[in-house]
Amino acid sequence: MIRFLRAALAASILLVAPAYAHNGTVHLGELNISAPFTRATLPNAPVGGGFLSIENTGAEADRLVSASSPAAKVVQIHEMAMEGDVMKMRELTDGIEIPAGETVTLAPGGFHLMFMSLNQAFVEGQTVPVTLVFEKAGPVELDLPVLGAAADAAHSTHK
Amino acid sequence: MTIKSIRLWLWGAVGALALTAIVAAVLLRQPEQAGFGQGAYNLIDQNGKAVDQTLFAGHPSALFFGFTHCPEVCPTTMAEMASWFAELGDEGQDLRAYFVSIDPQRDTPAVLGDYVSWVSDRITGITGTPEEIDKIAKAWGVYYERVDLEGEDYTMDHTASVFLLDAKGEFQGTIAYREDQATALGKLRNLLAKS
Repeated sequence: MIRFLRAALAASILLVAPAYAHNGTVHLGELNISAPFTRATLPNAPVGGGFLSIENTGAEADRLVSASSPAAKVVQIHEMAMEGDVMKMRELTDGIEIPAGETVTLAPGGFHLMFMSLNQAFVEGQTVPVTLVFEKAGPVELDLPVLGAAADAAHSTHK
Repeated sequence: MTIKSIRLWLWGAVGALALTAIVAAVLLRQPEQAGFGQGAYNLIDQNGKAVDQTLFAGHPSALFFGFTHCPEVCPTTMAEMASWFAELGDEGQDLRAYFVSIDPQRDTPAVLGDYVSWVSDRITGITGTPEEIDKIAKAWGVYYERVDLEGEDYTMDHTASVFLLDAKGEFQGTIAYREDQATALGKLRNLLAKS
């Protein structure tokens, strides 16, 4: 019985796969989430974008299914694309697949988290907390440092 | 076939041809073609002041169409525009910039004013009724379309280029979205030299 309980406990720890951060990368099960950032918002701008990289070191695909933040009423997963000189924005209601062994990057000009109805402006130097939910790996909380209004990438501190 | 019936048939053919010619003339008639960017519209600026197509006369301009609920293209372009103004310094004294909202329902003059004030004191936010905004967008060949999101919210697809106008308000070129700083500055200096 005790052995069974111990096994169950071990299994439950594995299932929950607690996230931990190391050198700026957040590890969640088979997923490594790195280089997160957002951009300072302009006055009255009620929206902001969130960017990060997700590496899937596992043998199975996972999927970023949703996101939320105390900083915004709604956080959606979007894809932006330029068609000629026209900017097109689409909500990805099915989220983004993170294929096994691959890295998916949410970056300006492509996939991004879209923070809508901000509770307050994003100010450079502060951080914005966000919870990401993955289909298999589950939820994870992380902070997005707020960079300049036209920042292209997080300043990597570990190379 | 009698002579009479041939005559009748011929007249019928003449009639059909005439009708075709009239229809073709109506269908092919070209509306009067104005130059690119030329049009007439009545809009309001961020201070609630009425403005029209004469807005762009008398100084070189950089013209951008966007909206404040824009997550990426507009803030990025505004940040770059701020750096153009900073970089040009006194050289860019005569340059004026305009941010025309293609989402006038949400972008009131007050909302726009604060939004663009961050860029420079030489940029003006422009809004208006949807009908008048449509006129200026058409004049500049600007594409914009509402895209509904989950819930009540929506976003806009739109042309992301910056139009460059000379002191006569005539189109001189564009700066593409994310065009590199040196190229953008070169285009602006050219524009200033010509104006």
